[in-house]
Amino acid sequence: MRHGEDLREYLRDEAMPNVWCPGCGHGNVMAAVATAFDRAQLDLDDVVVVGGIGCASRMPFFLDTNAMHTTHGRALAFATGIKLARPRLTVLAVMGDGDALSIGGNHLIHACRRNIDLTALILNNGIYGMTGGQLAPTTPQGFRSTTSLMGSIEAPFDAVELALAAGASFVARTTTFDFDEMPRLIETALAHPGFALVEILSQCPTYFGRLNKLGAGRALLDYEKDTTAPLEVVTRDDLVGKLPIGVFREEIRPEYTRRYAALCERARKGADG
Amino acid sequence: MEQLIQGNEACALGAVCAGCSFFAGYPISPSSEIMEWMARLLPARGGVFVQMEDELASMGAVIGASWTGAKAMTATSGPGFTLMQEHIGYAAMTETPCVIVDSQRVGPSTGMPTMPAQGDVMQARWGSHGDRPAIVLTASSVRDTYEMTIEAFNLSETYRLPVVLLLDATLSHMRENMEFPEVQVVTRARPRTPEGFEPFGSPEFLPFGNGARLMVTGLVHDEAGHQRASNGGAGDRLLRRAIDRLEADTELITHSRRHRLEDATLVFIAYGITARATRAAVDQLRADGVRAGLLELLTLWPFPEELVSAVMREAEAVVVPELNLGQVALLVRTASSGTPIVPLGRMNGSLLAPDEIATAGRTALDGSGVTR
Repeated sequence: MRHGEDLREYLRDEAMPNVWCPGCGHGNVMAAVATAFDRAQLDLDDVVVVGGIGCASRMPFFLDTNAMHTTHGRALAFATGIKLARPRLTVLAVMGDGDALSIGGNHLIHACRRNIDLTALILNNGIYGMTGGQLAPTTPQGFRSTTSLMGSIEAPFDAVELALAAGASFVARTTTFDFDEMPRLIETALAHPGFALVEILSQCPTYFGRLNKLGAGRALLDYEKDTTAPLEVVTRDDLVGKLPIGVFREEIRPEYTRRYAALCERARKGADG
Repeated sequence: MEQLIQGNEACALGAVCAGCSFFAGYPISPSSEIMEWMARLLPARGGVFVQMEDELASMGAVIGASWTGAKAMTATSGPGFTLMQEHIGYAAMTETPCVIVDSQRVGPSTGMPTMPAQGDVMQARWGSHGDRPAIVLTASSVRDTYEMTIEAFNLSETYRLPVVLLLDATLSHMRENMEFPEVQVVTRARPRTPEGFEPFGSPEFLPFGNGARLMVTGLVHDEAGHQRASNGGAGDRLLRRAIDRLEADTELITHSRRHRLEDATLVFIAYGITARATRAAVDQLRADGVRAGLLELLTLWPFPEELVSAVMREAEAVVVPELNLGQVALLVRTASSGTPIVPLGRMNGSLLAPDEIATAGRTALDGSGVTR
């Protein structure tokens, strides 16, 4: 997105102001989503943005598309029903890390496995924001939350590795620091004919930044920059320990709604049991 | 022409007849044949069948599909029904038409997975947190199962609600000859234009992808769909409106059968599989000169309090046989104006036999009280 681009037509005025804290990265992600919609020239009447519960999952309210704000962790289950029943709709699921990887982990791996044509964004800020800063399945080891004040002793999930193993056909990771990359990846994911997962590292100044003495918005963007490296170069000696970002997989694999349509065709011809 | 049909098969056939075009489910005894039948029936008809990863996902997919305009259902049993409660609440909050079939088995917990029970009457009404409108139906024969499945869809489309049909392990698995009756099918009304249409608090329903940008949320919201999570006025208004509408229409929603009630002094109130044995018990008692009668309830919620109260008025004793420890008996008691109510409860996985029910009736007439 270039400065001065007007994205207001993609936002729902009546739902403003949004719920996000000053310095939160989720608004930047929403700008990237709006930019991706703009570039893809989607008819917003035929777009459904589905959220679970949590800070990130509030995004459906603020985008001027169809919005389905569902239950904690279950956005992909609702999205699956929408897409299967009406494949012509573009369905985007926006979830937080606790939403998608803790309570909703089961739905995530099965959506990947089915390779259903949904786009899923996981806005990963490493903490539970809406409930007040508790430990997430993504909180890095040793990091503090209100339920791990002495530092987390748990191993965090890697959403990308998980999605790759579960069979998603498009898997990418970026950060809110990578301001130009975000809309490009989201646009690619929306166009991808299969399950597309984009993990976006986003910043939570209110809890993650404060509890871990990492500072607020700007400092957290620097933290994202300093702890990640492009996939292509991450094995370099000076980049050991950095989290890779980029596109990990982009493959055409059999997609679920198309397979289901073919199955219906076979059934109509009398091939059922 | 009569056909020999299994209860679960009748349920699937009824669903297809009602226009169901989306089924999502997760295998569980004793309901699994419903999903197996839907997996066979739907693809050739252009409908969607999907086996989801769990019951929460099944119910989520059903709600998502319903918002595209599809008539959608799931089928499950005790533990799965418990898992679905959060999304049943979501469906109520978002005025989403859908059907949930629960083939009851003995609980709590894993209980007796293949044995019949009627222990989910209260869960079907109150299993989700908060107050909400609810319609719960039941059935006592294979043909009933077919017809009540269709009625569940019709009511869900009319009132924009999740409607629960309670079966049980015996009814699900038994086979009976049945003839397919003529039925009426109701489909949710659509607004004439999306312009200015308020998607909530209206009997009309506008699905996604029809020229509007809808907002659907489980948060308290107003008629337009805007969340009003810190101002309960709109939510209170919408929920009360839906609850009041059901209350006003209780008579329309209530299905029941009367068996030899005219001059009955011993009244049985029963439902589901237990109503069959009770019918036989009434005939036994009548043969012995006892003036017994049965009110069979096919609609459990909204509870037809006035109907129940009316049949009890002339009774000397009322017996409520059921495969739980008195869930409907408790409701009958609230409808009684002094007639003694005797619950006859069981939860060991066996059915109540006509003899046992007749004996409970005689004991109740003798005034010796509770046989629980």
